Amino acid sequence: MSALAKIRETFRRDQVFDFVNKQDYSRVDTSHGQILYVEDVSVSFDGFKAINELNFYIEVGELRCMIGPNGAGKTTMMDIITGKTRPDQGSVWFGQNINLLKMTEPEIAQAGVGRKFQKPTVFEHHDIFENLEMAMAGNKGVWSTFRARLSSEQHDRIASVMEIIGLSDCAKQRAGALSHGQKQWLEIGMLLMQNPKLLLVDEPVAGMTHQEMDKTGELLTSLAGEHSVVVVEHDMDFVRSIAKKVSVLHQGSILAEGSMDEVQNNQRVIEVYLGE
Amino acid sequence: MFYMLKGDRGGQALLLLLSIAVVLIPVLNLVVPEGHALHVSTFTVTLLGKYLAFALLAVAVDLVWGYMGILSLGHGAFFALGGYAMGMYLMLQIGDRGVYGNPDLPDFMVFLNWEEVPWFWQGFDSFWFAMIMVALVPGLLAFVFGALAFRSRVTGVYLSIMTQALTYALMLAFFRNEMGFGGNNGLTDFKDILGFSLQSDSTRVALFIASAVALALGYLACRAIVVSRLGKVVVAIRDTEDRVRFIGYRVDHIKLAIFTFSAVLAGIAGALYVPQVGIINPGEFSPLRSIELVVWVAIGGRATLYGAVLGAFIVNYSKTYLTGAAPEVWLFALGALFVLVTLYLPNGLAGLSKKKEAAV
Repeated sequence: MSALAKIRETFRRDQVFDFVNKQDYSRVDTSHGQILYVEDVSVSFDGFKAINELNFYIEVGELRCMIGPNGAGKTTMMDIITGKTRPDQGSVWFGQNINLLKMTEPEIAQAGVGRKFQKPTVFEHHDIFENLEMAMAGNKGVWSTFRARLSSEQHDRIASVMEIIGLSDCAKQRAGALSHGQKQWLEIGMLLMQNPKLLLVDEPVAGMTHQEMDKTGELLTSLAGEHSVVVVEHDMDFVRSIAKKVSVLHQGSILAEGSMDEVQNNQRVIEVYLGE
Repeated sequence: MFYMLKGDRGGQALLLLLSIAVVLIPVLNLVVPEGHALHVSTFTVTLLGKYLAFALLAVAVDLVWGYMGILSLGHGAFFALGGYAMGMYLMLQIGDRGVYGNPDLPDFMVFLNWEEVPWFWQGFDSFWFAMIMVALVPGLLAFVFGALAFRSRVTGVYLSIMTQALTYALMLAFFRNEMGFGGNNGLTDFKDILGFSLQSDSTRVALFIASAVALALGYLACRAIVVSRLGKVVVAIRDTEDRVRFIGYRVDHIKLAIFTFSAVLAGIAGALYVPQVGIINPGEFSPLRSIELVVWVAIGGRATLYGAVLGAFIVNYSKTYLTGAAPEVWLFALGALFVLVTLYLPNGLAGLSKKKEAAV
């Protein structure tokens, strides 16, 4: 965009400056039933179009699985929603009133979008309790974090999340000493502590045993309803076991959307996955 | 106050030692007559006071490096700035007792044929103004530097190099006579502080006590940060910065707050150091000095706070001893100490006592 166009955009007369018209991040307006609107989003890295006119919507309380071959743009899509990557064009709205493209990563997290990384990422030198404590929703400014003391309700909240992720026996164990699967659950638990409305979960069962996979599946399905959950996953068996609705991502856009059976019988999906 | 030290054996020992020293050393110096076997010479008192100032500086470095993972190779700059602020106050106390006997101008300004004290020296004749500047100037520099660096997410070795460049640039600037800080020679020939002669034993003892109190308070303040939730988040930033950002913390704000606080502590340490050694010159800005103090912390043990105090004392004592006994050996000894500690004691000397706990 040229400088002139930028100035024109800034001084458009049908809008108010952002600093005058502050966005209210505290409440998400989902009165139309959708929690996430991704519309017409494109992003390219050095000429490579990682995301190409991507469109999809997530409904309130939905559990959506995203599948797609390597390089389909799944992680880039999450980067865009959580503010790590800025798209070249398009819009991403959280509910009807929150424009995610104008916010920083911490603001997006505070607004209620939780993200689990592909590689389980927990604070290895802290114990499980502390991991959850740090993630807890609340004022995360420097001074209030310094003054923070745990109330008994917050204690109970942490205990209940430890219950949900099945780690209540080892509250004082260092996170670094957990097994791979337990770290994944702890990270999901950290997301839950933030009271998110939307959970983005990147490859939750990578490297898990079958029992762990089943447990994770149960955990995610139990979270849907109260939260909206988007799961990116490679493992087809796992996706089949939890998914009601599946989106197939290919070359940065949605190739097909529907139930697992519909998607699997879709001719274009078969081509992409199996070749001609 | 006591909950901060719960489970912190090293900290408890440190505060105990400091309180004993604050009572005992003045008595041994001022009351016990000279020549008596238990007499502590004023030279030793001043030396210990200097070590205490260094220890406070080491604690400041440990907070940003050991806990937050920012390897600052420029903390000497904040120390020196605090020292210069104190030096400017002391300089203006000399009055007409300087070599040139000019009641208004410090000697180096007379030497440079300056007519009047430059504007940025205004106010430094007041002790309290100077004390505010001791904290404000390093704090402000750290704030501006940190705001730019942390906002653009400069991390790791790049940040270390930038801090190194910062202190190097300041050194070059302070070497210039036109800067108005005494150039090459710095500020020296101090006479008194708050009306008390810097040469007298009681003033030396008072400075020693002030250093010990400052170290104790600085230690407690850092400890209060470390045990709070903020402290946990700071360690989390060191380990996995991205995760912290995605659970909703403004990582840049937290880094900035801790970095600035640490710079203020370093400035205070500098202000305590200068009246005890009697000089501040641009050499304090030299990158080597900053690297040396990182070595103190590494040898003492990162992320323990008391380890930093231990390291500062051990290295500086060896320095005092070796530069007297065998000057040419000192740098080799320092190098060897650093290599040996890194190889065999990755958690430093403090790691010896708390192997089981593992580094926080």
